[in-house]
Amino acid sequence: MTSMRVLAALSGGVDSATAAARAVDAGHDVTAVHLALSANASSYRTGARGCCTLEDARDARRAADVIGVPFYVWDMAGRFHQDVVEDFVAEYAAGRTPNPCVRCNEKIKFAAVLDRAMALGFDAVCTGHYARLDDGALRRSVDEGKDQSYVLAVLTRDQLARAMFPLGDTTKNQVRAEAARRGLGVADKPDSHDVCFIADGDTRGFLARRLGAAPGLVVDRSGATIGRHDGAYAFTVGQRRGLGLDRPAADGRPRYVLSIEPVTRTVTVGAAEELDIRGITAQRPVWTGCDPLTGPRACEVQLRAHGAVHSCVARPDGDDLTITVPRGARGVATGQTAVLYDGDTVLGSATITATRAAVPA
Amino acid sequence: MLPEAIEVMTEELAQVGNPSSLHSAGRRARRVVEESREQIAEILNARPSEVVFTSGGTEADNLAVKGLYWARRAADPARRRILVTPVEHHAVLDSAHWLHSHENADVSWLEVDGGGVLRPETLRAALEQDPGSVTLASVMWVNNEVGAVQPVAELAETARAHGIIVHSDGVQAAAQLPVDFAASGVDALTVTGHKLGGPVGAGALLLRRGTEPVPILHGGGQERDVRSGTLDAPAIRAFATAVVISAERREAEAKRLTVLRDDLIRQVVEAVPDALLNGPPPGPGRLPGNAHFSFPGCEGDALLMLLDAKGIACSTGSACTAGVAQPSHVLLAMGADEDRARGSLRFSLGHTSAQQDVDALGAAIGEAVERARRATSR
Repeated sequence: MTSMRVLAALSGGVDSATAAARAVDAGHDVTAVHLALSANASSYRTGARGCCTLEDARDARRAADVIGVPFYVWDMAGRFHQDVVEDFVAEYAAGRTPNPCVRCNEKIKFAAVLDRAMALGFDAVCTGHYARLDDGALRRSVDEGKDQSYVLAVLTRDQLARAMFPLGDTTKNQVRAEAARRGLGVADKPDSHDVCFIADGDTRGFLARRLGAAPGLVVDRSGATIGRHDGAYAFTVGQRRGLGLDRPAADGRPRYVLSIEPVTRTVTVGAAEELDIRGITAQRPVWTGCDPLTGPRACEVQLRAHGAVHSCVARPDGDDLTITVPRGARGVATGQTAVLYDGDTVLGSATITATRAAVPA
Repeated sequence: MLPEAIEVMTEELAQVGNPSSLHSAGRRARRVVEESREQIAEILNARPSEVVFTSGGTEADNLAVKGLYWARRAADPARRRILVTPVEHHAVLDSAHWLHSHENADVSWLEVDGGGVLRPETLRAALEQDPGSVTLASVMWVNNEVGAVQPVAELAETARAHGIIVHSDGVQAAAQLPVDFAASGVDALTVTGHKLGGPVGAGALLLRRGTEPVPILHGGGQERDVRSGTLDAPAIRAFATAVVISAERREAEAKRLTVLRDDLIRQVVEAVPDALLNGPPPGPGRLPGNAHFSFPGCEGDALLMLLDAKGIACSTGSACTAGVAQPSHVLLAMGADEDRARGSLRFSLGHTSAQQDVDALGAAIGEAVERARRATSR
């Protein structure tokens, strides 16, 4: 194994710190960088929410001290805001459900940061993601509960060739124990959850402040109006709570958001079985675990982060991908990423643009 | 730190005694402080009673700007204006800003020219616009980023003619330029140990007799009630030693640094022909050990990282708390655009600098600029 010049991204959390320490142990020439992404860097973290505040920068700096590597801070707040935060808002405004972590990996961590690292003479970017790299392909991590292959599946083979994920073969508990052994003070730091740039966890409020009131109707599949809302962006497919309905369903069963139409601002709701999706159209497929498909392929698909894995058949359809899910999947939102797996190896990914319900309207 | 300063500080650290105590251990420590005070006063041509010890330059600047503002305003409530240049160190700038936002002070900016120098006419014009409203003017002796030497004596005279007191942040000056407090005409002067080969944590505010700031630190009444707090005898002793030695060596050192610095400029321009030297041209108007360049098409922080990896330490403009480099406020005040301000680096030479350091930079800068340009073009 050759020693590489590795840029280790340190968030201030325990995973990236341990990953960087492992890279050093593996004999690489490591430099640590904290990405200043926050528009409001001086806010304090409240428990597990929010990330990349000044406190995190300090934790990252201390981790670099302990590990014994040079440390710098890169200001990526502008790019992050443009490529991740604005995209997040625009997607919701368009009636889709974005995954900002996917976007961040795609545009920031393994693009803006990677490009800058390459220009400055580094060979690879190392992060604390839970995933494995196998012969240029991505594999789930050993810790299934922590597996992040889903949010990394948007990366191309070129990007993966320059990535390093030292934690893929370890569980989270083992990582914390290792961090403690290494004297990394962040061993007990809580993980950040939810959307890193929405520190108080109130996504609805965040969107409302940026998109304003955009009232519309809540209808059932027959088109009948059964409620009103203040902004379609507050809803996501599969959502059950907060629907603002005038009256309960005739059968008394809960209703779920089936679709969001942003132009008319109409939110359609229905019963659980109406959520079932049999067909998915996805665009801009990225193939890393196999060659680009020329014909149908049976595999598995995961349709959201921490979502269930479904048997499926994927087939190319012009520039798009069509995915058939025979047993149906629920809560499939456009804007999310469809990641195709063969066992625990990622074959590729694509962004969901349309869904076909099992039960026609 | 100078080895002599380290030696005396270490010796003093082994002693016990609070310089304010009345017993023999205290008196011994007190004597060390007073001897240090006399040494510093002598070198800087001030009276010992005009030397007030502080924890460093930042504290001295705060005491001068805030303390003198409050004192002048209390004596005459019509006085609410502070005159400052936009190229001051943050310890002066931020103190002025704070007085503006919390104490209703009016800050009048004394614009500098393209070389970073404040012309006396600019000060005169600002003063003539209602001198009765001014509390004080603060103009640094020499700018820490681009090395611009300010015409302090002339400026002090202009201020004096209007009855205005002048504070000068002399932190960068003492090691390389002749500093004569009495002759300068300024009413308050900041000096600090760590720019002279002394320790961090010891500095002084020289206050002309009769210039009494409102204290910032209240407590035991040390330093004639102007600055309370137990005096750090070891650090003060080391500070004084550094002042004495650097004064002895100043002239020779200034010559030596000038030669090195001029060669640094030559080597950088040879390796990077489109590099722009910021600040006044090398000569009496510029601090001997200072060079400051803008490298078109680069970000200063990428360059800094590349040079750091080669063991070459330099600095960008003001670094903020999170370590994210901001464009230099000094360059912006001199009329540079943001790109130029962001793409600049300061190279300072001091008593430990040698020809091999300059050569190392000359050898590394070309490739570093090339790489940094690649890293920036996205």
